Formats: sequence, C-alpha cells, structure tokens
Amino acid sequence: MGSTWDWQIFLQDTGGGQSYLEWMMSAWGWTLSVALLGLIVALLVGSLMGILRTVPNKGLQFLGNAWTELFRNIPLLVQIFLWYHVIPTLFLSLRAVPSFLLVVFALGFFTSARIAEQVKAGINALPKGQRYAGLAMGLTLPQTYRYVILPMAFRIVIPPITSESMNIIKNSSVAFAVSIAELTMFAMQSGEETSRPVEMYLAVTILYFISAFAINRIATFIEGRLQVPGMGVGK
Amino acid sequence: MNLDFSFVNWGVVSSFIAKGFFYSIQLTLVAMVGGIIIGTLLALMRLSGKKWLVMPAAFYVNTLRSIPLVMVILWFFLLIPLITGMRMGAEMSAIVTFTVFEAAYYSEIMRAGIQSVPKGQVYAGYAVGMTYPQCMQLVVLPQAFRNMLPVLLTQTIILFQDTSLVYAIGAYDLFHGFDTVAKNFGRPVESYLLAAVVYFVMCFGLSMLVRQLQKRIQIIR
Repeated sequence: MGSTWDWQIFLQDTGGGQSYLEWMMSAWGWTLSVALLGLIVALLVGSLMGILRTVPNKGLQFLGNAWTELFRNIPLLVQIFLWYHVIPTLFLSLRAVPSFLLVVFALGFFTSARIAEQVKAGINALPKGQRYAGLAMGLTLPQTYRYVILPMAFRIVIPPITSESMNIIKNSSVAFAVSIAELTMFAMQSGEETSRPVEMYLAVTILYFISAFAINRIATFIEGRLQVPGMGVGK
Repeated sequence: MNLDFSFVNWGVVSSFIAKGFFYSIQLTLVAMVGGIIIGTLLALMRLSGKKWLVMPAAFYVNTLRSIPLVMVILWFFLLIPLITGMRMGAEMSAIVTFTVFEAAYYSEIMRAGIQSVPKGQVYAGYAVGMTYPQCMQLVVLPQAFRNMLPVLLTQTIILFQDTSLVYAIGAYDLFHGFDTVAKNFGRPVESYLLAAVVYFVMCFGLSMLVRQLQKRIQIIR
C-alpha cells in the first residue's frame, strides 16, 4: 500500500487522452445503464411471470413456475456466459446484438425470477374475496387483475422490489466477466495499471454506496406517493 | 450449429471438473458454518441493546451488504496480504472472504429468527432463574434455528451459486473447471451449457429438499 495515499492518481492520463477520473465516471454510467435497463426488463418480465403463477390455468402456472426456477437456480455468472458465448452461437440472428444488450437481458431475466417471486407473494397476500368480488361483479379475469388485484398487489411489493433494485446495481458488477466497461472492470484494470488499487477500489466502492443509497431514496419517495390511505406503516 | 458433447468423458471430468467441484463444495460448507457462527454472534450483538455492541455489528452488516460481492472478493484478495503480510492463494483468500461476507447475510436471518421467538419465552427463562447466556442457548436459539432453518438453507443455495464469482480472482472452482474445459477443447458452447445444467440440477434439487423440510417443520409446529 505504501503508507501514503495518492489521490492525484485520478487526474493522471490513462494514455487514451482521458484521466482516470473521467474513465471512472464513464464506468459509473455503464454500471447504471446496465442496472437500470436490466431492472426495466426484470420488472416487465417478472411481473408477467409472477401474474401467470397466480392465474387459474395449469399451463400458464407451469410456464411461470418453470421460468422462475430456471433463472433462479443458475448462477448469474454462468447465465451471463450463456448469453454472451452460447446464445449468439445457437441463434445466429443474435450475433449482431451488442454485448451490452446481452448483459442487460442476462441481468434482467436473472432478476425477473426474483421479481416474479415477489409479485406472486404480493398477489397471494390479498384476501381471496377480492378476486371473487371482482369476478362476481361480472369483470373478466383480466379486468379483475387490472382493476382489483394488481393495484393493491403492486403496492404491497414495492418494498421487496426496492431491495431487488439495490441488488441489481450490485449484481451488475458481474458484467466484468464479459468485459463490459463498468465499475468493477474499471477497478480491476485501473488498479493494475496504476499500481494504486486501494484508491481505485475505494472510489468504486463509494460510487456503489451512492448508487444504492440513491435508489433507496427514490423508492422510498415512490412508496410514499403510492401508498393506499389507511394501509401500510402508519405515517 | 450442432452441439457435440463427445469430448466429455470420465478423464475430462476427473481431471478438470472434479477438483473445482470439491473446492466449490468446501468453500460453501466452510462459509456456511463460519458464516452462521459469526452471524449468530453479530445478531446477538445487535439485539443486546448495548450501544457499544449494536453499533459495530450494525456497521459490519450494513457495510458488507451494500458492496457487490465481486468487489468484496477483490478487496480481501488485495488487503489480506497487505495487512497480515502473509501470502495467500486465491482459493484460501476466497474462503476467508465468503465466511466474513456471508456472516452479514446470515446475521440478518438469525436476527429475524431470534425476534420471531415470543418474548414470553425469554421471560419464562428468566423466571426459572436462567442467566442471559443460558436463556439464549437453551431457550431462544434452539427455537430460532428451527424457525429459520429453511431460510438459512435457501441462503446457502444462494451462497453456492455465488461461489462462482471467485472467477474474479482466478480461484479454481466448479465454474473455473468448465471454463478451463471450454478453452482447452475449444468447445465453449457445450461447456457452458453443461455448467448451467450442473448448477441447475444441484440448486433445484436442494431447493426441492428445502421445500420438503419446510412442510415437515410446519406440521410439527
């Protein structure tokens, strides 16, 4: 370590016409882009699969369950390798897709299994009577979901989804394995190049802290705005 | 593109995969046992109500839970030799890292488990003249462990999946085995598919077992 810090290292040129600070900021951008796009994929697919697991149709239930088990029981690193090395080889049309997007889908589908689990739990937490009441009033099943079940269920699952959103920022670090230029990749490469890994790791760790904290604040704000009056933790 | 698995034979499995497989299992078991022990201590500290015990434990748990595991692995690999002066291989470094890291997660589970034991149980313990450690050891922890067993085991399945991340420091685990085969035989597609199947079968099988166990525990209670 040497006993001294050297923070000026961040102003040093990387040899590519930018400083380490600029490189790190662009890496932060990659981390946030991968994580946020992945989160959008995860929320869409995860909600759909979570809903399928609760509908009265064995086939759709099986599809939702199989999806969840498949993406939950394979390590994220292996899933990222599958998207990066295996899928473009098996499906030639995907060869032109940039690796950034492949990682977004890997991260998104991985997280969708967790979201599906939460959405299912949220729907099942509602009293059965709500569903029956909707159907008894002559709403179709999709209408019952749209107007009765989901507006409540989605509010219930906001806290667990918040923690999944913080997880996806952390999990995006696995993208280093396929050379996405995100924060962890930056930490590894710049640490080696500058022989100042402690400073680099520290800066990156703090950026991860800030990102997770920001997500937490945003989610708490959303939760407060969407709260059903008279439900949830009293304020 | 046709898949060709003909390169997979007993020799490949025993010389590349087995070594990594046993290391992954070893890493998982050591981190589980060590993590649960340290995690229980951390949980007891956080529930002790004494500020000088609560604060460091909360700091430990919250810090580790906010940092991506890959970064934690890198940090430990960097810092252990710097601080202790000992040279440590990637495999050993990962074992230390996972034990310390998982302790933070297990401690949250244990904390929830201990809080799930009704207060009356603690008062009953005190009423029959037990000291705090006796009450914890004989009354609270046995019940907390039983309540939390399924969650602890689920966390262990996640831990087993996460061991693949030692890829970051080049430790030779199960995935590294498949990765080596992929490179040596020039067959990445088949190798990574096999890796996925092996992880899936193990994790899915274990999670089925946990579900069975959960049902049995529910009947007992």
